[in-house]
Amino acid sequence: MTFLPKPKLHHPKLASNELGFTRRDYEGSISTLCAGCGHDSISAAIIHACFELNLPPHRIAKLSGIGCSSKTPTYFLGSSHGFNSVHGRMPSVLTGANIANRDLIYLGVSGDGDSASIGLGQFAHAIRRGVNMTYIVENNGVYGLTKGQFSATADKGAKSKRGVVNLDEPIDLISMALQLGATYIGRSFSGDKTQLVPLIKGALSHKGAAFIDCISPCVAFNNHEGSTKSFDYVREHNAAVNFLDVIESREEIVADYAPGSVEIVRQHDGSLLKLRKLASDYDATDRIAAMNYLQTHHARGEIVTGLLYVDPEADDMHGYLGTPARPLNAMDDGELCPGSLALERLNASLR
Amino acid sequence: MSQLQAVNDFVVKFANVNGSGSASANKLFAQSVLRMGVPATPRNIFPSNIQGLPTWYEVRISEAGHQGARGGTDLMVQMNPQTWDQDVKSIVPGGYLFYDSTRNVPPSKFRADINVIGMPLTAICNAEYTDSRQRQLFKNIIYVGALSALLDMDPGAIETLLADQFKGRDKIIAANIHALHLGRSYAKLHLACPIGLTVRKADKVGDRIFIEGNAAAGLGAVYGGATVCAWYPITPSTSVAEGFTRYCSRFRVDKETGQKRFAIVQAEDELASIGMVIGAGWNGARAFTATSGPGLSLMQEFLGLAYFAEIPAVIFDVQRAGPSTGMPTRTQQCDLTAAAYASHGDTKHVLLFPEDPYECFTMAAEAFDLADRLQTPIFVMLDLEIGMNDRLCAPFTWDDTRRMDRGKVMTAEELEAGRDFGRYLDVDGDGIPYRTYPGTHPTRGSYFTRGTSRDRYARYTEEGDAYQDNMERLLKKFATARSLVPAPIRRDAKEATKLGAIYFGSTAAAMDEAIELLAADGIAIDALRIRAFPFNDDVEKFIAEHDQVFVVEQNRDAQLRAMLVNELEINPKKLSRVLHYDGSPITARFIAGAIADTASSLKIVPLRKVAT
Repeated sequence: MTFLPKPKLHHPKLASNELGFTRRDYEGSISTLCAGCGHDSISAAIIHACFELNLPPHRIAKLSGIGCSSKTPTYFLGSSHGFNSVHGRMPSVLTGANIANRDLIYLGVSGDGDSASIGLGQFAHAIRRGVNMTYIVENNGVYGLTKGQFSATADKGAKSKRGVVNLDEPIDLISMALQLGATYIGRSFSGDKTQLVPLIKGALSHKGAAFIDCISPCVAFNNHEGSTKSFDYVREHNAAVNFLDVIESREEIVADYAPGSVEIVRQHDGSLLKLRKLASDYDATDRIAAMNYLQTHHARGEIVTGLLYVDPEADDMHGYLGTPARPLNAMDDGELCPGSLALERLNASLR
Repeated sequence: MSQLQAVNDFVVKFANVNGSGSASANKLFAQSVLRMGVPATPRNIFPSNIQGLPTWYEVRISEAGHQGARGGTDLMVQMNPQTWDQDVKSIVPGGYLFYDSTRNVPPSKFRADINVIGMPLTAICNAEYTDSRQRQLFKNIIYVGALSALLDMDPGAIETLLADQFKGRDKIIAANIHALHLGRSYAKLHLACPIGLTVRKADKVGDRIFIEGNAAAGLGAVYGGATVCAWYPITPSTSVAEGFTRYCSRFRVDKETGQKRFAIVQAEDELASIGMVIGAGWNGARAFTATSGPGLSLMQEFLGLAYFAEIPAVIFDVQRAGPSTGMPTRTQQCDLTAAAYASHGDTKHVLLFPEDPYECFTMAAEAFDLADRLQTPIFVMLDLEIGMNDRLCAPFTWDDTRRMDRGKVMTAEELEAGRDFGRYLDVDGDGIPYRTYPGTHPTRGSYFTRGTSRDRYARYTEEGDAYQDNMERLLKKFATARSLVPAPIRRDAKEATKLGAIYFGSTAAAMDEAIELLAADGIAIDALRIRAFPFNDDVEKFIAEHDQVFVVEQNRDAQLRAMLVNELEINPKKLSRVLHYDGSPITARFIAGAIADTASSLKIVPLRKVAT
């Protein structure tokens, strides 16, 4: 099935967005991942989100590390430049690319092996720096591409397909992202497109370090009885705190909610995040409360999902670097080279 | 008792405790000599420590302009009791020992064949100053003052330097000049001035400038159009990034808005540094990092990615003694093979070998053009000796008509016009394909960058033919580089000779002098200074024209020699090793001695002797 090329034709009535693109224009090659892989659902959600946000595909740069999830950029946004780098090191490459041209939209796709083991350091430091990016970890608790070893996000006590029990403490990337200052943090599940698509839309609109931990069951190695990242387990333990809608600035909000049940957050670019609360005591703009909530509910065995934290006042790395609006990669000799006169003066000071 | 006599031709070595403020006083001394028109070459010998351990500052004063380390000390300024024994030992017979005579030193600690000059510096300081920091700092200026009398130097030159250094801070200038004269007056009154060694005004400095190699490299990066620097601190490369920061603050900040046309990120480690450089280079910005051996080891995987995916990057490797942590504050030229063949699999990288700060500037700027043109990492190989020592060099020049060579980048217009684009397609026969910057065209020109094999149109493939085709093209690209990188510089002896010497980088100063020493002994030798890898055709030609070629380098395993044998298929027997790698800078005496020994054992008769 996967060796057949995708037909270029599409239904004449297929909807187009404001740029005149259909959803097909945001697709990539056919996936070579296992049939039923959670990552393919995430790819579909990314396509959907970019289409709905009216993003020009060629203005998105998609970067990844190494692993099954890192293969996925080939399967979406075929008109974008992509960079499949080295294991655990996508964040530094993305940071450098972002520095060179602040105007593109940066999407970093990684996995739990890529970001929680070898890449833990780079994950942490990219977030610390506030790099303006959408960083998605497609989290299945195993190393899929090398055939099923536990990853660092595997829960303690979880059982592998062969019956081996994981004895190490798991790394929770969401908790780390909260502690390190990420300004948009969400967790979702590949099987819940209605939750995931708006989360991705919000992240792409957010100007700052946006991180999404998306549980994405590995049908080959971690979808069995005893797994804590299987479709069944996640469905049973999913505890969504809110439901997100991303509204572009021009649209109006229809005010028909029960008081206290909706939180509206306005972002820098004018877009609005409409959060319909499912857990009444959850405030997505309170970082410390979020940290507490997550620890408490995790201890009860719940997988907390939704938009977990957002800082509408966020700034990004370019703000801290003080770079001009004009991207560094567009500058010419006149702007960069001080010239011979300045050099003569410098020589004089060195005699 | 003999007293060494020399005018403008001797070595002064200062032995201090590091962190005591001696560095600036010693530099003041060196600059004073320069201001008198006499070439002086200072060298820092410092421990891997911040405060409290021994440090030395060795100044070779040479009217003839010899800048290499000479070996031996003529005047020892001994300010650190901890290293007394070894310092006294290093003085040549008939030389001078200047020390702080405030504390009592038993006669057994001296030598009968050296001239001892004692001055009660601490006592003088304590009498003049009450604040302990002032006592420490001004003690150094006081001894500079004393030296100015002992060596018959012009105090006016020193005063002018102090005024320049502390411009606008009149109180400090006055205090320093006071300390200077305190030392000078004491010496004139109580010591035999001048001693046998003197500095006499000359006209041998010319318009040369005085700067360290790392700062020059940072400046070259600014002129070369670099906008992104991602780095991790490591001795001895940190001052490259600091230099870049300083010069960017001066030249790249918009006066009205304060906006910065550069970005400098201190990364969390060397892997992140090179990752950022590669991301920026991929996205069309000129980017670099600066590191040393241990950092280069960490970067290996990413360097292979940049090689195979063909992404421009510039890496300054300021080499230090290895392997492993090695000797962080000692010089060596030991990263050649690690850089030239960086990363697993079959790779070859471009290396540049500057000899002094002037070439650090020019080659730094050139490295960015080469990186963009060749779409590959370019290594600028400095070492601690060049990088962290101030050195007289030719003044920097810049041709204002020069423009950045961005290499083969396909534009939106070209893509729109339907021009065929294959990221790994050789169109001109030089092995270099076209690339596109991300975000260029709405529907054309995008491609996937990855470290895996792919075809000419960047489509993933595991087919053997496509893989091999690509690997061969990379070799073709490397061959193209031979004509683009700096050519070697050849210097032939006056007489025809079948002996040759090949050298590079910081060996240059010692080599120039060694050639003169050998010539005086009747051994004529042609010399070739290699300035880059891949090797220019002239290198092979040079070796072919000589019967025996000495390869002079500062590492244990003769790395350049190995590369010559490997790349040019030279018979190893033709290349003799001359190796110096104890962490100190190589000297002319060492080179000349090694070559003379081998030359005599080869029974190659010097031409002059044949005539009789």
